[in-house]
Amino acid sequence: MSQRIATAQELVGRLRRRDVSAAPATLNLLEDENRRSEASALMAALSPGALGAEAPGHIIGLTGPPGAGKSTLLGALVSAWRGSDRSVAVLAVDPSSKRSGGALLGDRIRIAGSGVGGPGRFIRSMAARERVGGLAPATRAAAQVLAVAFDLVVVETVGVGQSETEVGDLADTVVVVLQPGAGDGLQYLKAGVMEIPDLLVVAKADLGGPAQAALRDARSTLAVLGAGATGLLAVSALPPTQGIDELIAWLDEHRAGLDLGARRLQTRRAGALADFISEYGERGLRALGGRRAAEQALLESDRDLDGPSLVASLGAQVV
Amino acid sequence: MSGKREPHRLAQPDPPWLMRTYAGHSTAQASNELYRSNLAKGQTGLSVAFDLPTQTGYDADDPLARGEVGKVGVPIAHIGDMRTLFDGIDLAQMNTSMTINATAAWLLALYIVVAEERGVAATALQGTTQNDILKEFLARGTYAFPPGPSLRLTADMIAYTVEHVPSWNPVNICSYHLQEAGATAVQEIAFAIANATAVLDAVRERVAEERMAAVFGRISFFVNAGVRFIEEHAKLRALAQLWEELGRSRYGVEDPGLLRLRYGVQVNSLGLTEAQPENNLQRIVLEALAVTLGRNARARAVQLPAWNEALGLPRPWDQQWSLRIQQVLAFETDLLEYPDIFEGSLVIEGLVAELVDGARGELARVAEHGGAVDAVDYMKAALVESNRARLRRIESGEQVVVGVNRYTDSEPSPLQADGASAFLTVDSSHEQAQIDALQSWRRERDDAAVASALEQLAEAAQDGTNLMHATLLAARAGATTGEWAGSLREVFGSYRAPTGVGDGGPAITTAKIEELRENVARASERLGRRLKMLVAKPGLDGHSNGAEQLALYARDAGIEVVYEGIRLTPEEIAASALEEGVHVVGLSILSGSHRELVPAVLAAMAQAGVEVPVVVGGIIPDADAAELLREGVSAVYTPKDYELSSIVGEIVEIVAR
Repeated sequence: MSQRIATAQELVGRLRRRDVSAAPATLNLLEDENRRSEASALMAALSPGALGAEAPGHIIGLTGPPGAGKSTLLGALVSAWRGSDRSVAVLAVDPSSKRSGGALLGDRIRIAGSGVGGPGRFIRSMAARERVGGLAPATRAAAQVLAVAFDLVVVETVGVGQSETEVGDLADTVVVVLQPGAGDGLQYLKAGVMEIPDLLVVAKADLGGPAQAALRDARSTLAVLGAGATGLLAVSALPPTQGIDELIAWLDEHRAGLDLGARRLQTRRAGALADFISEYGERGLRALGGRRAAEQALLESDRDLDGPSLVASLGAQVV
Repeated sequence: MSGKREPHRLAQPDPPWLMRTYAGHSTAQASNELYRSNLAKGQTGLSVAFDLPTQTGYDADDPLARGEVGKVGVPIAHIGDMRTLFDGIDLAQMNTSMTINATAAWLLALYIVVAEERGVAATALQGTTQNDILKEFLARGTYAFPPGPSLRLTADMIAYTVEHVPSWNPVNICSYHLQEAGATAVQEIAFAIANATAVLDAVRERVAEERMAAVFGRISFFVNAGVRFIEEHAKLRALAQLWEELGRSRYGVEDPGLLRLRYGVQVNSLGLTEAQPENNLQRIVLEALAVTLGRNARARAVQLPAWNEALGLPRPWDQQWSLRIQQVLAFETDLLEYPDIFEGSLVIEGLVAELVDGARGELARVAEHGGAVDAVDYMKAALVESNRARLRRIESGEQVVVGVNRYTDSEPSPLQADGASAFLTVDSSHEQAQIDALQSWRRERDDAAVASALEQLAEAAQDGTNLMHATLLAARAGATTGEWAGSLREVFGSYRAPTGVGDGGPAITTAKIEELRENVARASERLGRRLKMLVAKPGLDGHSNGAEQLALYARDAGIEVVYEGIRLTPEEIAASALEEGVHVVGLSILSGSHRELVPAVLAAMAQAGVEVPVVVGGIIPDADAAELLREGVSAVYTPKDYELSSIVGEIVEIVAR
């Protein structure tokens, strides 16, 4: 590519000034295997320690089984947020083909609708790469960094395998989307395959009766699981939309009630462990004395450290 | 012929089918001249090709119409254009077929009003509006509204024509485009029946039950025929059998006349080749036999493509050549003198039984998805998969295409000796002329009448009143195509059809693909991240087969492909390329608007600061290709580049450069 490449330093300045147009170049840097030291420098310069505070954006994880209507719902959310002039970054994670390494990234248009979003709306499709069902390390880093500049950062994943667990490890608020009539989502919850989210959303509420039944089922499942704190909403993302404003209000309220410092610290440490394992493998984990020892080491680490530094500090112990 | 009964002869030869040529371009006036000259050559019906803005409900001055005005058909913006289009043509006698879907109600209203102005009663009008919206979601892409409201509009129009324009075929269920999108014979039959069922069920909610037999009798089909002409003939007999069954079982129709399959045909364009294009002529003749040979499943109307369709727009002489094929078949051969020549044929009966069985199975799968409307995603993905298999067979040589993957050496062709002029070039100055004419039309009409008609239209859209009455009012008042569709979009919302590639299913692996994966992996390592490509379709063209197949193949080769479906503006494409951080952009344009749209995309990308290579695929003449390369495009692919492996291989090289 002949394109002039923005340096990490330049991007740090722009993101700190909340210049959202820095997003494309930031993602190009974070995804670039040949520029990992620059990426680490960017992460360090945007860590809570360096910023003097947690990144202000609200990081939302949105997941659910295929076909639940996540992209359509996200499209309605993005358009409502933009309507009230809040900037939004979306990271849409798609599974890669394990055999070819390639991927078809087709969610963008369902989220974007028609028209150019302008600088306040950024959508990036990301392949899960070798981590089928999980999140690419760059996704976690991108969410943290974009939260410096954007009001909202949404990470959308297909709820299969371990992605919804991992999305829980990076988001301030985790939303699971289910559609009426498909019991899979609730089965996953009951079986403990899926972590209990902060909010369960029944999409396609325009389906009427089935949507009411889905709400009832969800309510009783949550009761059985003792998940009284989990919110439950019904929305319809197709015009005329229903419940979108309520959903936005719920998300804002959840974020306002969070101990952000504690939640972010936890997500950074959990993310660092996942990144460490993806880099050093199970053998690296054993060298640290196992998962619990690694978690203990992270608990004792400096609370202002960014992800790459945490991984590096664990890595140093392996060597 | 003697007078006594001979079971192998007809007492009277059958009259020939209606002979048409799909035609229209530039302006209403230029198209009118073309129609008159075609009729003078012995054509017996008209087949109107509308341009993409008219088909999708935009006026010529809409940003989305840029580069598309008058390209693939005639622009009809209002009643004045419709008057000009049929100037000097007797609407009481003419049988007119209109390839129009999303905006069919509007174009039919304009046609009715022009007739009315000339004192021709609507009851005398004969012809067809294609109006098969589900196949637009599946294969052709000229939809305007979401599926629910689109079907309601169709149902309104049928409910109206059955009472007021009784000789009109309001819907031509169109399996033609399904085959063009790659459908197998079984899929073509099954999806056509499924789509027809969805339309009939929608009408059933809006007419009295005792009118359903009449409604059923007005539904006709528009089919395709490929070069495997024996199976193709059997396909039509199978379709006729299933259609009759559907009428009896689901709609209680008993009158044999109303149960009979009536169909028109345009034979296959998908199989026409850019290499040694003269061979297309014999392909077209054989395909014409598929739809005329057997009397029990003979077409009511035939239109044939021209030998040079894969090169560019056919000239009047090319279209005349195709008309002459029909005339030789009908008037020189003895085809029309016999009863059905396949009666009792074991082969045909066996083939029909196979196809009927297969189609029943496929129909059951569509039913499991909840019927055609809910099965659009399923059917679209199935078509993409069939087309993928077809391309794989051609690339491997398993399916022979003479002149393409076998017998490729050729003497220089005298038919193409004059190079660039072996097809029609549409002068692009007519776009501005159409815009000027449209704007002066808007200045001169009674705006209050238009506003009031459009208001009634919007009210009807909301309260469920039949939309035809307000549509006729708007036509008489001088409203434009964009205003009519715009008023309905306000109420119905707009829509994006599924792209059919979804997550693409499992990747396929061949030796060529494995080699490509190596190259992609190497290039990706050098780039620092996996090679990422945007596949995009600018403009209004809905023919997405090429884009879909490229997207799938590139994915199989290990590329991360962003594919967003059809109808994107240059600005949207540039924004996607920037935000997604792609290494290369692939554009696909089949409407002939590449000369306008490609530079517009390049400019929008420059404006957005995206400096990555752009490759273009489409029906692009050599001279235009050279021009695009000069303007900064890295490569141009045309139908003769049928090997996806070579195209993707070259794209990887371009990125690695």
